[in-house]
Amino acid sequence: MSTPRVVTTDHLFEDRLYRAGVKSVGIGTFVLLVAIGAFLLLKSWPAFARHGVISFLTTTGFTTLGHHPSFGVAALLYWSVVIAVVAVVVGVPVAVGTALFISEFAPRRLRAVLVTLIDMLAVVPSVIFGLWGFYMLQPNLVGFARFLSVHLSFIPVFSVHSSVYSSSAFIAGVLVGIMIVPIVCSVAREIFSLAPLGEREGALALGATKATVIRSVVMPFARRGLAGSVMLGLGRALGETVAVAIIVSPSFIISPHILQQGGASIAAFIALRFGTGGQLGSAALLGAGLVLFVFTLVVNLGASVIVNRSVGGRRA
Amino acid sequence: MRRESGAAPAALEEPAPVPAPAPLRTVTTASGLVADGVSAWFSGRLVIESVSLEMEASKVTALIGPSGCGKSTFLRILNRMHEVTPGAELAGRVLLDGEDIYGPEMRPTETRRRIAMVFQKPNPFPAMTVEDNVLSGLKFSGKRPRGKEKDDLVEEMLTRAGLFSEVKARLKTLGGELSGGQQQRLCIARALAVRPSVLLMDEPCSALDPSSTRRIEETMREIAEEVTVVVVTHNMQQAQRVSDYCALFLAGENAPGRIVEKGSTKDIFENPKDERTSDYVHGRFG
Amino acid sequence: MSSTVVPAATETPRLGEGGPTPRALRRRSVRHFTATDALVLAGSLGASASLVWVVFYQLTFLAGAAGYVVCTLAVFLAIYYVANRHLFGRMAAADRVVAALATMAAAGVVTALALVVAWLVAHGYHLVSVTFLTRDQKGVLNTQPASAGGISHAIVGSLEEVGLATLIGAPAGVVTAVFLSEVGGRITGLVRTVVTAMSGLPPIVAGLFIYVVLITELHYGFRGFAGSLALAIMILPNVTRTTEEVLSVVHESLREASMALGAPAWRTVWSVVIPTARTGIVTALLLGIARVVGEAAPLIVTIFGSPAMNANPFSGPQEALPLFVFDYRSSSVAADIERAFSAGLVLVALVAVLFLLARIFSAMKPGTVGRLLRPSRHRRQEALS
Repeated sequence: MSTPRVVTTDHLFEDRLYRAGVKSVGIGTFVLLVAIGAFLLLKSWPAFARHGVISFLTTTGFTTLGHHPSFGVAALLYWSVVIAVVAVVVGVPVAVGTALFISEFAPRRLRAVLVTLIDMLAVVPSVIFGLWGFYMLQPNLVGFARFLSVHLSFIPVFSVHSSVYSSSAFIAGVLVGIMIVPIVCSVAREIFSLAPLGEREGALALGATKATVIRSVVMPFARRGLAGSVMLGLGRALGETVAVAIIVSPSFIISPHILQQGGASIAAFIALRFGTGGQLGSAALLGAGLVLFVFTLVVNLGASVIVNRSVGGRRA
Repeated sequence: MRRESGAAPAALEEPAPVPAPAPLRTVTTASGLVADGVSAWFSGRLVIESVSLEMEASKVTALIGPSGCGKSTFLRILNRMHEVTPGAELAGRVLLDGEDIYGPEMRPTETRRRIAMVFQKPNPFPAMTVEDNVLSGLKFSGKRPRGKEKDDLVEEMLTRAGLFSEVKARLKTLGGELSGGQQQRLCIARALAVRPSVLLMDEPCSALDPSSTRRIEETMREIAEEVTVVVVTHNMQQAQRVSDYCALFLAGENAPGRIVEKGSTKDIFENPKDERTSDYVHGRFG
Repeated sequence: MSSTVVPAATETPRLGEGGPTPRALRRRSVRHFTATDALVLAGSLGASASLVWVVFYQLTFLAGAAGYVVCTLAVFLAIYYVANRHLFGRMAAADRVVAALATMAAAGVVTALALVVAWLVAHGYHLVSVTFLTRDQKGVLNTQPASAGGISHAIVGSLEEVGLATLIGAPAGVVTAVFLSEVGGRITGLVRTVVTAMSGLPPIVAGLFIYVVLITELHYGFRGFAGSLALAIMILPNVTRTTEEVLSVVHESLREASMALGAPAWRTVWSVVIPTARTGIVTALLLGIARVVGEAAPLIVTIFGSPAMNANPFSGPQEALPLFVFDYRSSSVAADIERAFSAGLVLVALVAVLFLLARIFSAMKPGTVGRLLRPSRHRRQEALS
């Protein structure tokens, strides 16, 4: 009597059909991503095979024509990371500050307006950011870049070897920094809103100022989620293509001088060089695309794991 | 499907569809429901053990008892909603007119049409109008009544649920716009529209105010003529007011729920055999 | 301040007697920003602005508005802290500075958006006309002024490419979301991870994939449809994630009610879950479309671009608005750059229309785009207890 009896939940043929159909689409989505990686690898293989994978990852130049092709993603990867880091350094404090303003300081009506404006910032096409960055942001930032290089040159990243301050990784990074504000701000806002009300009110009832509440209740709670949001912003910045392509002018020298001209990210380089460089060039660009793909995949997955753990776990 | 095509014509052959003021025509045939040695598990944990209960046709049976003693689980077993919960298992039989609803030939969807259910919280479909809510069960089984047939059906069901006069001007508004008590009666109308033989109600009034509660209790008494009603309730007065029979569920600490006593409501409240029943119905615990 | 304070009652209010007078109902403000506070704020701002002007502009090489604003704000914070600390103490000063920092950040973001839009309008509006919107660039010479020709081919191309991409990507995305939220199975976690990963896929990589498969492998050639497929890859994960989130908000009790009425599982999803989540799904779609309309990167490697009108996305190279902007702005001809600005303005107008549609038709709540951007949560409200 007390052995459980197996109940078949579903006898209906139509339901089985529905489940199978829906499931196959779900699996199709999965297959698609795997296929993207597989095809990129397959088609870029000639580029990897030429001098080996290690060489591809460590060579800085990108000459694919002529008798002695020599190419690799080292410089591109380096500058991708530099631009993304500048973007994070510029964008994250602004985004987190905005999120704090929205969740802690703004009156309710202003809050809704601000959130809508940030939504709008998120849908501005990146090519528009590129235009604006090139024609408006850059002329205004060049002076500041010179100022930094003159007065703060004892910090290595602010030193320069040339006096051309336009088309630099710094300017591209600032532009991308503005572009990642919406995503970082959105995650940060969500995390701040989940900070425990009890502790918050407890601190306030003890006479704490808002700053104290933020420092002692909100921030400790939000730290991990914010780390995730930073990674998310980093992933987005790494993949940003068109805006960076409009700003930078590619060079293949790895240097710490972010304020001077030079440096291009992988994504921007692909957009700029696509269709030039012959067959080997195509393969090499695909190889670069694959490296970018793997790199952003790792960063994004890491980010979503962290964000989900800190947001999802506490919501229930 | 098979069953319904058997029951529905019988209902339609009913003589002379009669003056409006007497809407309570017998359009369904109430069936008796028998639970035989029902046990249930959630993720391997036994929550009710060997419950047997006969729910007589055209009567109201109330399941009473403290929270967490398995009443709701038992109710959900009666129309195969139990198996929807992941990790849920069961043993025993549930007989509807002598036929095991868990038999290999029985489809859960069809069983649920014959044994309808009203939930604790009103849950009309918010994207559907009042009218569409009433007709939703038919739509799910592929039937779409049209024209006068549809209007008559909607009116009849809403009338039986005691709601028609309040919403007849608002049939095209969304179901979610009604008040809580009206929503719950809409859910009753929706459940009755599939012409079930049994109506299960899981604490249907616990989320409602006293006047809505009274309306729903009246509705229960009225529909009991043609539908067997099984109602879970925490409210002793309600059980006394609406039910013909009562079954008291109790669960010991770390022990599964069981029926302690069952019988006519009068006996349970006035002449309980078990001391625990007497304690419970007089509010001495639970 | 005085205007928000209730005037002293002329008679003692009698509690529990009669109704309160309208005057007694006036709400009191609990936010207090006094004249002193305003003075400190204005003083600090003025002091920092002048200080930076004198010290940095005149004595150093600082140039450009951006640098000036950044330095001014940094100096302002320092002065503001010192002033507040002197007047109100350390705790209050820290509080003020944190509030100022947050306000500055928010103001900065809004300013950036305003600058982008204002700049684009100022540089793009004068070319936008009926002819600009209805002609293409076929046969337009370098020597002709910017007003020659138009961008109709790019508009048509964009609409077709994005339309097709939506037709492919959106249903697939919604069905994948139904799989994740309503059907599930052992591979749910895997699919969800992959979808999350895909939503961070750089646009250029999506384009490269289509390029590799369709153009180099199948010799399909550069066509509008190739671009559509690349955009569909971008729409799919976003729609999936937002839709899954919207579906998971549909209360479990509605699914139960539907099942208790004898509905098969597919019916429950089709007639109850999806209609209930309809507005949210529409928002997800519109915003997903708004985001890919402006995407140039995947198109660079798939549609090639063309100066002439090509209304057939299945044959020959096609143009698109973002690609037009990207290509023409790198031209050495001034007229082409002007065209790029105006095309950019048209593109932003298109995105704005989609954004507004999302707002109007689906009563979108603020923050929806933000939710679209971040990893989704996978919680379903529990009805069983």
